[in-house]
This record gives sequence, structure tokens and C-alpha cells, in this order.
Amino acid sequence: MNVAKGTKLGWGFVAPALLWTLVFFVLPLLVMGAMSFATLEGRSLIWGFHLDNYIELATRAYLWRAILVSLEITLTVTVVSVVLAYPLAAIIAFRVPREWQRLALLLAILPFWTSYVVRSYAWLLVLAREGLVNQTLINLGLIAEPITLANTRFATVTGFVHFFVMLLTLTIYANLVQLSPNYRRAAMDLGANAFQTFRHVILPLTLPGIATGAFLTFVLCIGDYVTPQVLGGNNELTIPQVIMVQLGRRADFPLASALAIVMMLIVTLAYLASARWLRLDRV
Amino acid sequence: MTKRTVALLGGTAMWLAGTAANAQELNALVWCDHTDDALIKPFEEEFGVTVNVREYEGTGAALALLEQSRPGDWDVLVIDGIDVFRAVESGLLAALPEDELPTADFFPEIVMAENNTLDGVTYAVTEKFGYNTISYNSEKVDPADMQDLSTVWSDKYAGRISIYDYYLPVMGLAAIAEGLSTADIDAGSLDTIGPVLSQMRSSAASVAGVVAAQTALATGEVDIVVGGGEWLTAVLAEEQPELTWTIPDQGAVRWTQSIGVLADSEQPDLALEFVKYIVSPEGQARLATSACFWGMPANAAAGDILSEEQKSVLRWDEQTDYLARTQLYPAPDADLDVEMQDLWLDTLSQ
Repeated sequence: MNVAKGTKLGWGFVAPALLWTLVFFVLPLLVMGAMSFATLEGRSLIWGFHLDNYIELATRAYLWRAILVSLEITLTVTVVSVVLAYPLAAIIAFRVPREWQRLALLLAILPFWTSYVVRSYAWLLVLAREGLVNQTLINLGLIAEPITLANTRFATVTGFVHFFVMLLTLTIYANLVQLSPNYRRAAMDLGANAFQTFRHVILPLTLPGIATGAFLTFVLCIGDYVTPQVLGGNNELTIPQVIMVQLGRRADFPLASALAIVMMLIVTLAYLASARWLRLDRV
Repeated sequence: MTKRTVALLGGTAMWLAGTAANAQELNALVWCDHTDDALIKPFEEEFGVTVNVREYEGTGAALALLEQSRPGDWDVLVIDGIDVFRAVESGLLAALPEDELPTADFFPEIVMAENNTLDGVTYAVTEKFGYNTISYNSEKVDPADMQDLSTVWSDKYAGRISIYDYYLPVMGLAAIAEGLSTADIDAGSLDTIGPVLSQMRSSAASVAGVVAAQTALATGEVDIVVGGGEWLTAVLAEEQPELTWTIPDQGAVRWTQSIGVLADSEQPDLALEFVKYIVSPEGQARLATSACFWGMPANAAAGDILSEEQKSVLRWDEQTDYLARTQLYPAPDADLDVEMQDLWLDTLSQ
């Protein structure tokens, strides 16, 4: 096969994926970027290069608060999910016998099989004043009156963490099982205790798995609309909620696009911050 | 190409053509109450067609969807009564033959010719209405308190109320509480409405959509829903009769929804038949008691078909009083809409 024919064949293989990316990613992104510089006059869409939407973003206090709230929730969820998922992944990778690990992983991701919206409403019932958590705490004598758990940031974070712990468990587990047991043995031989082995050997080697899972958690969490809406009781506005309000009645696609661009910039910054450890090919 | 292949391709083409010819479909962009089989099936069976219904969130989303669709994709549109003019201005709705619509049987206040008609041409017809008012748990709050809007969101019930997550009716209620007419709301009125919203917000445990507000009231998470009404509690009436609603002394907001035929429909006759079915007494009774949410039928003749129990839940006999004491949603122009929405978002983020 000559070089020219090989190159053509290569392009032939790449073309479908390239076309897909162009049509369903690059093109919509360009349209969204252009839309963010359009403006509404009355209810009519005016294309052009207008900075109105970005000026609006900079001057509206509720938009800044929405960005801040989104970041706070997303970072909290990411950190809590990593802290919970790591031991779970380690137990499955190191303590569960090889032949049972698949089943353990299957059980870990079982909640993924249910509808996301139904799961959110289920959490709302669990956290309600007369729900399972409050009733259990009252029956145990730990509290006298029901405490407010639903419609709070705690509820939002709980709903998110329930979902993302499973995702992170998978990425961290995938990293852990690739580690040769010889690393641990060598560390032990050199006099390291279990904690030192984890701190100086296992943890650094599993950073790619943590970073990959954390990045995916960040991306999915900051763009999520359902959980803050259902579990947070709309008590704190996040960026996706503000975007939905712009679209629902007024169809203000230009301002919604500008907000989406800002959200994308935040995700890009998160990517750059974690790029050193990211191994998305391991997902 | 073998003869067998040719025969197979030919057969497939004929089957596809036959299927297309037989399966006449009507596409309707609707609110969730139109997705009830009990409402749609009788029409499908009578006309031998399939009705495809798609729900949407808000008028803006619906209009954007229609503008991005190919001509003929959609046949019927259900739209907020106060927003009919937006669809007409966009040239989306076809004229309806007024003489074929039973508006003479409608509750007079609900005909709303000023909303559904432009320059003497009727583009939509009201199909259902109800109230954004105060829903509450009669075992947990004093019903007498619910008659005064300022008491509802006072400190007495702090943390026990949920606000319906739609700025127009809630701001309408706030205006009514301050003695303003919803039709007179302008940019200057927002200075009066803003503090009321803030008071409401500070007393609220949540700001909730339909399902979340129902869940909150049904589970005891809150005892009052500001902006609620029969559409919120009627479906729960059988299991939890303590969940009820009232029109306070100051009044409340009235919502309406209209239905029309899209100008680009390729089967306007069938679409018109669907509209006529929906506003017929039978269609109205089914729509009023739809599984998604209940509401009053625009056509009073539906009263002959609804059971006494159903009419009791809908408070049929009190409608004359309610219609007199309620005001239509605020219907802001584009600029005022922006200001109202900004005020709403500001309040939510407090």
C-alpha cells in the first residue's frame, strides 16, 4: 500500500468521527458562541456583536451569586464524593476476592439503573420532616423535633454525592486494580507502615483515577439542573437554574448562551487545573 | 440485483407507503393535562388517528420549538391564555371558525375574546381555567388565617410555606395583597411588589414546581403553598381531604389556557376537529379531571357530564363568586417581563 492510499484510507476511518464531532459539537458550540453575542429587542432576536449579555452577567448580583453557589456546591460534592468513594474502591479492589469484585461493582452502580428524577424525589421523601431520617433520629432519641433536611444545600449535596460516589468508585477502582502488589510489598520491605505506604505510594499512583473521576463529577455536577431544583427547593439558585428561567418563558437564548459560555469557561479552568493528572482514556 | 431482492424492496416500499397512508397522525404541543389517555383515546378511536402529544415548560420554549420546526411538524398548540397574542404576533396560529366553537356555553369571564381574538379574527379558544391562590393543610393551619394574604406569609407561618415557582402568578398575588390590580402592574409597581416578595421569600421553606409543591404539602414538609389552587390539591382530595385551598378576602390570580390550530398544519381540518373535541362537553369533562392536574372546564356544559363528586372537588357552585373575586395573570410586555423576571431571580437568590 503506498503512502497516499494509506493516508486516504486513514481519513476514511477518521471521517465519520470527525464529521460527528463537527456537526454535533463544533457547530453547536459556534452557534452558541454567536448566540451569546446576539440580543433580544422586545421579543425579537437580533444577531450581531453585542456585549449586552456579558454586561448583564457582570452587573447582575443574582448571576454572580448563582456562579458562586454553583462552585461551592460542586466543590463540596467533589471533595465529599472522593473521600467516600476512595475507601469503597479500595475495599473492592484489595479486600473483596477477585471473583466477587464484578458483583461488588455491579451492586455499587445499581442505583444508576433507576431514573435520576425518581431518585431525587425519593431522597426528598427520605429527608422530609416526616421522612425516614427524621423519624429514625426521633425514635433513637437523638432529636426531639424533626429537623429541616429537605430543601437545603445539605439535601442537594446528599443527592449529588449518592450519584457521584458510584462514578468515582469506578474510576478509582480501575486505577487501583492496575497497581502491581509489588509496590506495596516493596514499601513494606523498606519499613513503611500501612499509612506511609498509602500516603507515599498508593495515593500518588492513583491520582489519575481520582482526578479523572473528580473532573467528571465537577462537569456533571455544575451543569445539573434537576438535583438543586428538586432537593434544594430552589432555595439557592445555580447557573443551570438561571439558564432555565431565561429559556422557559422569555426564550432569552442570547443570555442563556452567555451563561452557558461562562459555565464552559469554568469547566475549562477545572480541566486545566487537573490536566496534569487526568487520564480520560481510563474511564 | 436478483428478482428476489427486487421483490423484497418493492414489497417494503409498498408497505411503507401503505403505512404512511393509513397512519394519520396529529402532533400537538401541550401541557401535561393533555397527555392523559382518558382524554386522547376517545378522539383517536373516533377519527382513527394517532395523536402525538409533547409537553413543554414555558411559552418561550414552545415558541422557540415551533420556530425551529419544519412547517407542518405541529398541528395543535395549547398555550397560556395571556400568551396567545405572542403566538399570533409570530404568525403561528391559524384563524378558527368562531361559529363552530361552543363559546356561548362558556363561563362568560372565560371566553376572553380580548386575548383570543385579534382584529376580529379568532385564533384560539379558552379550554380550562383555575386559580393561583393559597393551598393549605386545614389540620395544620388556622383556615381563618388563610383568608388574609398578609397573614399567610407572616412570621406566624415562617418556614411552613412553599412558593409556587412561577413569577407571574406569585407577583400577581403580591400585587393583589397590596391592593394593586394585576392588569395595572407596571415598572413602578415593582417597588411595591418587591418587599412583599422578600417577605414571602423569608418565610418560605422552598420555591417549588408542581410536583415538588404537591409532594411538600402531601408529606407535611410545608403546610401552605402560595400560588397553589385546585390544580395542586384536587388530585390528592380523595386520600388527603385535609389538603384544601381558598380564595383570600383580597382575591387571587386566575390562570387560563387556550388551544389553537397552527397556521402551518398540513391537516387543519383534523386539527380543528381536535380543538372542537377538547372544547366539547365530553372533552372538557375529561380535560378538567385529567390525571396530571384538575382545573375548571371553560365550557359550563361539561357540568352535565361531570359527577357531583367531581364538581364538588372543583367547587363548581362557587365559581360565580370566585370569578368575580379573581384577576387574570399579569400579562407584561417584553420589557416589563424582563424587569419582573429580574426581580424574581433577585428575590430567589436572597
